[in-house]
This record gives sequence, C-alpha cells and structure tokens, in this order.
Amino acid sequence: MRLPRPRSPLRAVVALVATTAIGGVLAACGSGPASGSGSRQSITLYNGQHVQTTDALVAGFERATGITVDVRDGTEDTLTNQIVTEGARSPADVIYTENSPALEYLQSKGLLAKVDPGSLAKTPSRYNSPSGDWVGVSARVSVMIYNPSLISKSQLPTSVLGLASPRYKGKLAFAPGETDFQPIVTAVDRAYGKAATLSWLEGISANLSGYTHTYAANETIADEVNRGVVAFGVINQYYWYRMRAEIGRSNIHSALAYFAPHDPGYVIDVSGAAVLKSSKHQAAAQEFLAYLVSKAGQSIIADPSKSISFEYPIASGVTTKAPETPFNRLQPYPITVGELGDGRAAVALLTEAGLL
Amino acid sequence: MPQGLVAASVVVVGVLLAPLAFLLIESAGAGVGTVAHLVWRPLTATLLWNTVRLTLVVTVLCAVIGTLTAWCVERTDLPGRRVWAVLVVIPFAIPDFVVSFGWASLSTWVQGFRGAVLVMTLAVYPLVYLPVAAALRSADPGLEETSRSLGVGRVRTFLRVTLAQLRGAIFGGCVLVALVILAEYGAFEILGYQTFTTEIFNEFRIFNVPTACALSLVLVVFGVVVLAVDAAARGKGRSVRTGQLAQRTLSRYRLGRAEVPVLLAFTALVGLALGVPVASSVYWVFEGGVHALAGVSLLSAGWHTALYSGAAALLDTLAAVPVALLSLRHSSLVTRLLERSTYVVLAMPGIVIALALAYFSERYANGFGYQTAPLLILAYAILSFPLALVAVRASLAHASVRFEEIARSLGHRRLMVLARVTLPLVAPGLAAAFALVFLATVTELTATLMLIPTGVQTLATQFWAYQQNLSYGQAAPFALLIIGIAAVPSYVIARYFDRHPSRSATAR
Repeated sequence: MRLPRPRSPLRAVVALVATTAIGGVLAACGSGPASGSGSRQSITLYNGQHVQTTDALVAGFERATGITVDVRDGTEDTLTNQIVTEGARSPADVIYTENSPALEYLQSKGLLAKVDPGSLAKTPSRYNSPSGDWVGVSARVSVMIYNPSLISKSQLPTSVLGLASPRYKGKLAFAPGETDFQPIVTAVDRAYGKAATLSWLEGISANLSGYTHTYAANETIADEVNRGVVAFGVINQYYWYRMRAEIGRSNIHSALAYFAPHDPGYVIDVSGAAVLKSSKHQAAAQEFLAYLVSKAGQSIIADPSKSISFEYPIASGVTTKAPETPFNRLQPYPITVGELGDGRAAVALLTEAGLL
Repeated sequence: MPQGLVAASVVVVGVLLAPLAFLLIESAGAGVGTVAHLVWRPLTATLLWNTVRLTLVVTVLCAVIGTLTAWCVERTDLPGRRVWAVLVVIPFAIPDFVVSFGWASLSTWVQGFRGAVLVMTLAVYPLVYLPVAAALRSADPGLEETSRSLGVGRVRTFLRVTLAQLRGAIFGGCVLVALVILAEYGAFEILGYQTFTTEIFNEFRIFNVPTACALSLVLVVFGVVVLAVDAAARGKGRSVRTGQLAQRTLSRYRLGRAEVPVLLAFTALVGLALGVPVASSVYWVFEGGVHALAGVSLLSAGWHTALYSGAAALLDTLAAVPVALLSLRHSSLVTRLLERSTYVVLAMPGIVIALALAYFSERYANGFGYQTAPLLILAYAILSFPLALVAVRASLAHASVRFEEIARSLGHRRLMVLARVTLPLVAPGLAAAFALVFLATVTELTATLMLIPTGVQTLATQFWAYQQNLSYGQAAPFALLIIGIAAVPSYVIARYFDRHPSRSATAR
C-alpha cells in the first residue's frame, strides 16, 4: 500500500494525528490517512503545467478547502501516456495540462469523467471540451520571437506561410515535436487544405536542412534566439515573459512579434484540467477543478508575482496586465479546441514532410 | 554446470529482457505494416546517419582518452595520482543536461554534431577508464617487464603487450559507450542534435506509444550490431594470468620530461569535463533567479538519491556475479549469448524501461509496487546492469581459475569457493561495478519521473523541475550536490585500489 508522504511539518503532524486516531492496526498495515473516513481528504494531481503555477494554485486550494493535493510533476505527454498505461488503476484523480490535445486524447480513450456543469459555466464554452470532459483554465497565443541584431521586425513574415520562404533559410528555429506547434499546423490545414500544408511544411524543412536549428523544446528556442544563435522562431508568448522574469530585463536581446490578425499562425492554445473516470475521489477532484476556474484560482494565474504564469486567465471574468496585450484585443485565427482535436492529423503531416 | 548458477543467471537475464518483451507486444499492436512504413520514412536516413557517425566518433575518442588516462594513473609516477584517479571518474556522474546546459550557455559553438561529440566524449570516457584501470590493476606486469628487459621500447611495449592485455577491458568499455550514446536523450535535446532516441521521445510526446516502441526496437537492433562488431573485433585472443605466486610491488614508469605535458593534458581534461559544468552551476547560484519556487530540500533529495542508487548498485553487483561466472567459467555459445543479451538494455531509453515496468505491474500484478521505491530501484538496476557486468567480468577474466580449482580439490563446496576465493579475487571489480552503477543512476531522470513515489524528489528530478521552469539559480545547488555525491564512490574506489597496490598488481 502506498503511503502518501507528508510534505510539510504541519502536514506530517496532521497525518500523524490522523493515523493515531484510526488506530494501531491500520498504522501497522502502513495505511495513510484514509480519505473515506471523513477526517481529511486527499487527491493526487498529475501535473503537466509549469510547477510554479500549479504550486501556487494547489496552496490556495488546500487553504480554501482543507483537501490535501499530492502533486506528481511531469511533462503532459509522459503523464498522458502514463495514465493510458495505468488504465483503470491509475493513482491520478486529476490531470492538468498545458495544451488541450493531451486532454482530447484521454477523452478519446474514454478515460475522463464529465466536469461539473457549474465549473464549465465559468469558462467561455469555446475554451472547454466540446463534450464537457475537461475545463479550460488559461490560454496562450502563438507569436514570433526574434533577435533584432540578426533580423529586423520588417523582415519577419506577416503570415505563417512565409516561414517556408527561401529567404529564411538558416534563420528559422523550429521545435517540430513541441505540442505547441501542432495547433498551427492544424490551423493551416483547415485554412488552406492538406496539399498546401504539406508543401508549406516541406518549405520549412528545406529552410532547416543543413542547419542545427531544430530543437525539442520552446524554452530552447527562446534561449537560443535571445542569445543570438538563430534569428527567429515561433513560440507561445509566455515563454518569452518567463525567460525575462528569470534572467532579468538587462539580459533580454530579443522581442516578440505577432502574425497578421486572423492568420492561421496566430492561434490560441488552451491549458485545461480533467477528472479521471477511475478516480475514487470524484467529489474532491471536481472541487479542485472548480477552484482552478474560480475567481481566486484565476487571480493567481493573473498575477505573475504569485504564479510566474504569464498565461491569460480565461474564466470568472478575471483579466491580467501581464502580458501587456489584453486577451480581448488578441485577433487569433478562429479555430475551436474541438477542431484542434488531439493533434494526430497535424503529426501525420509533420511526419510526411520529414520533420518528425 | 552448477544448476544454482544457471538458475540465478536465467532469472537475472529474464528480468532484464522484460522491457524487450514489452517493446514487442506494443509494436505488434501497431501492426507490421505501420512499423515498416515508419521505419522507412525519409527522416530515418538522417537519424541513421546522425546516430552512426556520433557513435563511431565518440567511441573512438573515449577509447583513446580512457585508455591513456588509466595507464598514466595506474602505471606511471604521475604526481597526484590519487587525486586524478577521483577527478577523472566524476564527469560520468554529472547529469547530461547539466553538462550540455553549461556548455551551451558558454558558447554558441557547442551545438549540433560537434557539440554532441564534445559533450558526450567528456561525459562517458570514464566508461572506458574504469574497466581499463581495473584491468591494469589486476593485469600481470611481468609480461611488460619481460618485454622491456628484452630491449623492446616503451611505446612498442605499450602497443604490443599492454594493449593486448587490456583489449577485453577496452572493448568492454567501448561497447558501453556506444550503447549509452544510442540511448542518450537529455544532452541532445539541449544541443539540438537529432538521433533515434530524440525521435522516440518525440513520438511519446504525441502519444504514439506503439511507434515509439517500434523505433526502440530499431535501437535494440543497433545494440545487437554493436555487440556483433565487438565480438568480431575481439576475436579469440585471450590473456590469462600465469599465476605466479611471489608477492612483489609494481615498479612504475617514470614520466621524466613527459611529466609537464601529461599534467597539462590531465588538467585540460578535468577542466573541460568537470570545470565547465561546476563553474556554470556556481555562476547560476549567484547570478540566476529572482523567483523562489517551492521544492524539496537538498537533504531530502540527496538522501533519496543515495538510497535508490545505492540499492540499485548493490542489486546489480550481486546479480552480475552469477552471469559473469557462468559466461567465463562455463563458457559455451549459450552462456555467452545469455551474457551478451543483457547488454541491449543499455540501448533502451530509460522511459521505455519505466513504461515496461508500469505495464507489467498494472497488467499482471494488480498495480503491485507501482510508484514505490522497490520498483524504481528495479528499474535503475535494469538500466545499468551491463555496467556492473562489464566491471565484474573484466576482473573475473583476469583472476586465475587455478585458485578456485585448488580450493575445490581441497574439498570446499562451490558456494564456499565463491565466498572465500572468487569474490576476494574480483573485489576491485565488484567495487568498480558498484561505483559505476551508482554514478550512472544518480543522474537518471526519465524513468525516475514515471516511477518515483508521488511527493518524493531525487536530486535529478528536482533539478529538472527547476531547470524546466528556468529557475537556474535554484537548480544549481542540486547539480552541485549530484557532483558532490558522485565524488564519494569515485573516491572510495580510488582509495580501495590505493591501499592494495601490491596485492592488486601481482598475483595473489
């Protein structure tokens, strides 16, 4: 039997008291504080979101409800694969991811429970699971990061299709495996069709060939562009803000630029959370989701000094001043989370173009 | 053939090959057509070329650096030998992501192929150094002395006598290097170098587990090719101790005029392999990070790291003994195949082994042990078993079987012979095996993230959590503690050798 490990001295004391109360027999079996006995609930969260954001939200939730959250950090893809492998016996009660495709994938496998309608109502419905299986918590937007000493703003493409232009050979940084780029491929596919998307990706591939500007992570793109290794790349806006918060404004040698309004490269990505069907703590897990989209939870996301998130809160009417461009001023390509799907069509195109 | 030995070996090999069974089951789920389509896509040619050229270049460089440094430390009057013996081993225990990050933040030159060659060579040459140093300790110096007394020069003696004695250890180390490079991920992600393993991680990233498993099978095939090349190159030549019984101390070569250049070379090697990552970590302690991020304490992470790695190292050292004994003392095609087959696990990325254990635990054991310490330790032990095996085997190969025969003829039972004769003879190999596994697992990340008990962090996972979130300032102390912890087994093994200079250098 797994013993939930207390993470703070206070919690250790509480756990000790609870264990003593339940009695020596259970304690001898190595059982932790039992959640069904009414004394104190605990849930396990598989966290694919950035740790600072989640830690701040979990702390707020624990204070507000008295429910303990055991957090297991990882990347959303690994955690998702893990949940599929674990199947009906998954220790996870809640999964919280950076992007919607991971949740859509779990939904397609029939592993998610329906979210409480009350929570779904807090977030505009276009940012929730079309079938009500997960709730949208925050959002980001895809932008270009560029190094002005290597390329001027006027030289950047205005449409994402321009990334395939031969003039950007050797100048473009690219992370084909990042879950953040697939929505753009899906959007281009929707706007221009499969054949055009494929030749566009082949153009990008030609621009990368002979260079080592293919990366595995957006953090690396932001870092390499900022240090002047490569001229520009496509990332989600918050990576740049997080980098700036960490290394300091004086070390920033890069800037952000947007694609033209409603261009398929200008896409909003939604971060969301879901309760697992296999969870034995459905009520507490639903309570956690409700907290994420509540005014209190959204305010934590809105305040970078608490969460270092730099994502946009999207529920309960909360807004943020960081990033500077207000969420309602963004002019993204109109594509729904349902149309973004689990991203597998985009992956097939990336593979066919030789990028994956 | 003793049945107990066979049974123990079969159990060990069976556990080690469980991940392979998982790969076959998952790939079969994708269908042969899909797998063939994936393997023959355009990207494969690039991945193949990238993987093969990197493996070849780094393996050769490691063979040269590892052998020369081991020889200088073990056989010459190099000043500060004890210190160098510790320092040259530590780089192996610095996490790949720390090394790459240190280099990448230093210069934009370090990226792509050349970056990968530089970083990998500096990180894994100890895999050649350690077995070669152990072999030099137990090799018969009489042959070299005979060669020299017959008027053969130093260089030719080294090339024709010493290298011939060390061939097994060098090839053993090279196989490890090649296999470790095949499975490497973290460094290449940071350096922007694409190999089969980075592609496997990409497939996991997009939930294509069957595809990732199919590509992992390609890695296993690569691993088999490496082993076949090794077997062909090794040939039939073997050096066996003649078993002279006189105790005497080893005379070391005097470096003379070469002393200064050799010292400079050692300083440069340690400076590059150890200095750069340590310096960049120290830099970040003072420079980086304004945002405090919650995490476990250094003490807690350090304790769990030492616990998991220590347990895995002990398990591997014990498990390597029957397999090594069987393949050497009862050598046949079957026993050698049994032994060699265990090496392919090194070519499998840690995440594959973790997924396999999760799969078997959930599917066949009601989730028993999942996300508890024992299963994580088992994963570590599987990941690094070949490291233990190569160290134990190299040492056992040099221990004359005659002593065991004498003990047997005096009426001792097999287990008694093992405990009283064989194990003391191969003690340096056992110590090396423990140290190698410990060093390798201290930095393990991908399997750890999946199997570690919820709420617990190792130094590597906590470092990763900070680094992922760009909290370099908070990440740095964890990197430094990893290096500090790694120094302990390195120091112990170096000291162990030092206390028995004559015993280990001459026949016992």
